[in-house]
Amino acid sequence: MEAKIARAPGKSLFRSDAVQKLMAFAGLIALFVVFSLASPNFLTLDNVIGILLATAVNGVLALGATFVIIAAGIDLSVGTVMTFSAVMTGVLVVFWGLPIPLGIVGGILAGGLCGLVNGLVISKMKVPPFIATLGMLYATRGLSLVISGVKPIYFNDTPEFRQIAMGSALGALIPGLDIPNAVFIMFGAAIVAGLILSKTVLGRYCFAIGSNEEATRLSGVNVDAWKAAVYMVCGMFAGLGGVIMASRLNSAQPALGAGYELDAIAAVVIGGTSLRGGEGTVLGTIIGAFIISVLANGLRILSVPQEWQMVVTGAIVVLAVYADIIRRRQ
Amino acid sequence: MKRTRVLSILAGATAAAVLVAGCAAPRPAGTTGGAAQPAAKPYIPVISKGFQHQFWQAVKLGSERAAKDFNVDITFEGPESEAQVDKQIEMLQTAIDKKPAAICLAALDSKAVIPLLEKAKAANIPVIGFDSGVDSDIPVATAATDNIAAAGYAADKMAELIGGEGEVAVIVHDQTSRTGIDRRDGFVNRIKEKYPKITIVDVQYGGGDHLKSTDLAKAIIQAHPNLKGFFGANEGSAIGVLNAVTELKKEGQIVVIGYDAGKQQKDAVRSGVMAGAITQDPIGIGYKCVEAAVKAIKGESVEKNIDTGFKWYDKTNIDAEDIKPLLYD
Repeated sequence: MEAKIARAPGKSLFRSDAVQKLMAFAGLIALFVVFSLASPNFLTLDNVIGILLATAVNGVLALGATFVIIAAGIDLSVGTVMTFSAVMTGVLVVFWGLPIPLGIVGGILAGGLCGLVNGLVISKMKVPPFIATLGMLYATRGLSLVISGVKPIYFNDTPEFRQIAMGSALGALIPGLDIPNAVFIMFGAAIVAGLILSKTVLGRYCFAIGSNEEATRLSGVNVDAWKAAVYMVCGMFAGLGGVIMASRLNSAQPALGAGYELDAIAAVVIGGTSLRGGEGTVLGTIIGAFIISVLANGLRILSVPQEWQMVVTGAIVVLAVYADIIRRRQ
Repeated sequence: MKRTRVLSILAGATAAAVLVAGCAAPRPAGTTGGAAQPAAKPYIPVISKGFQHQFWQAVKLGSERAAKDFNVDITFEGPESEAQVDKQIEMLQTAIDKKPAAICLAALDSKAVIPLLEKAKAANIPVIGFDSGVDSDIPVATAATDNIAAAGYAADKMAELIGGEGEVAVIVHDQTSRTGIDRRDGFVNRIKEKYPKITIVDVQYGGGDHLKSTDLAKAIIQAHPNLKGFFGANEGSAIGVLNAVTELKKEGQIVVIGYDAGKQQKDAVRSGVMAGAITQDPIGIGYKCVEAAVKAIKGESVEKNIDTGFKWYDKTNIDAEDIKPLLYD
């Protein structure tokens, strides 16, 4: 699996990325080894599947955030846009009785629309990204509640919906290896993200805007339009995250989502994407997302109190960035 | 010039937003007449711990029913999460400033609200507590579930269902709120006192978040392969435990006990994946606190502690007459 996504980002635009990626990957392996030695219950098939599944939603959110952060922006609304998309999927499938594929597309588009609004507010109205997406965070949190009528929307009448994330296509092929589809959706999304970033104009401009927005503008690129597109892509990934979450919980929970944006940003940063913009990789982000969930799972298995789990995650975020700074100086 | 234009756009947009919000907002419950009717009815702000969860929506429903029955105006509001003690205090402050006839309050922090309660007392505004008490004598009455007794009962049921010995784990919504503390202690202490052969291997906090509680519960089950029972102390926690058990295909191997209702818990109880759950009477809590407030306004005597009760429900009695009205979707 790792090999599959390793190929995806293509040749790194910056050679230094390879080192950071390697460091993050080594960190992930080290965590695995430490937890495996510390508890016999860590390295079991069920638990590893549990870790993969726990990463799916945050991983997809972080993929979207990677684009925005590479373009030197920030998106604080990914968590609540995710919830908004989940609710929209619920409205389409449960309230309106539309076919499930339409519900999925609708959820992703709803996320994309939120992202587009973010992008336009940032590029056309010149509102700083932090503020624009903060506004979106509040707005989507409220809209999710309004649209759902402050009630969870359950997918009980469409049992196939839960299969999107929780069914196992692999398990059907190889009995016993019941890795839920959500995991493969995440890896699929990572491959798509990698391709967009390395093979498309959008990806190239993403890096260009993040490295030097003014120079990009002067070279004749319509920076405003591309910026809006970057935020829209981020919103679409958040929308996909919403679909996965709704499918896993078999319900759209309108009150969830607060705080998810921070986990997503943490994953991106641990993965070596600089908040200054201009560099970052999809593989790094996925590794970052895994580091967060392996930590959460491993500390849980060892019965470390949750309060400390947050302290450790905080320390790792800072250390990961510090290691990157040290490496750059050399 | 340009600046004034920007300002006027801003002002216009704000005015429009306020207008839209104003139209969308429901009228206070109990309002029957048109605008011509003067607001002569007593006004009672109900300050809850939240509004997003189904439990609070049921409390709201109860308080609205009481408002209609006793012909009073109420507003129902609460912060977005049960951690926002500061936001709730602001709401309480605003409520006192409106000089209401009485205030109903479900305090998020049993001590932090005391200075404001003293202010209310000085202004002769009776305060009725609901859902959880305050460390003060000021509230004339408190309508609440005895969470310690209810969680203790869940512990008795757990012991009975797992055969009096083995490992159990608990997921609670948080470690600071009164209900979180009471349910955790009620369960844990009962097990420790009465069932020496049962070990509580882990108590964790999932913030009532369904997804986080699911991954949390999964990790706990992985860490303790011999786990025989799992208690989720509120709706989100219970759903998390349920999801974890189903995802790990441990249905029937782990006894799951939940708290409150909601569609998913009800379905799980019906199918037997969840052995049973404790239900409170949220509609009763909402109704009785407004009822007590009305009595206090009229100067009638009110019972200091209004126990709104709890019930155990499982597959056998989920549709019974005395249970059904307590279970919200």
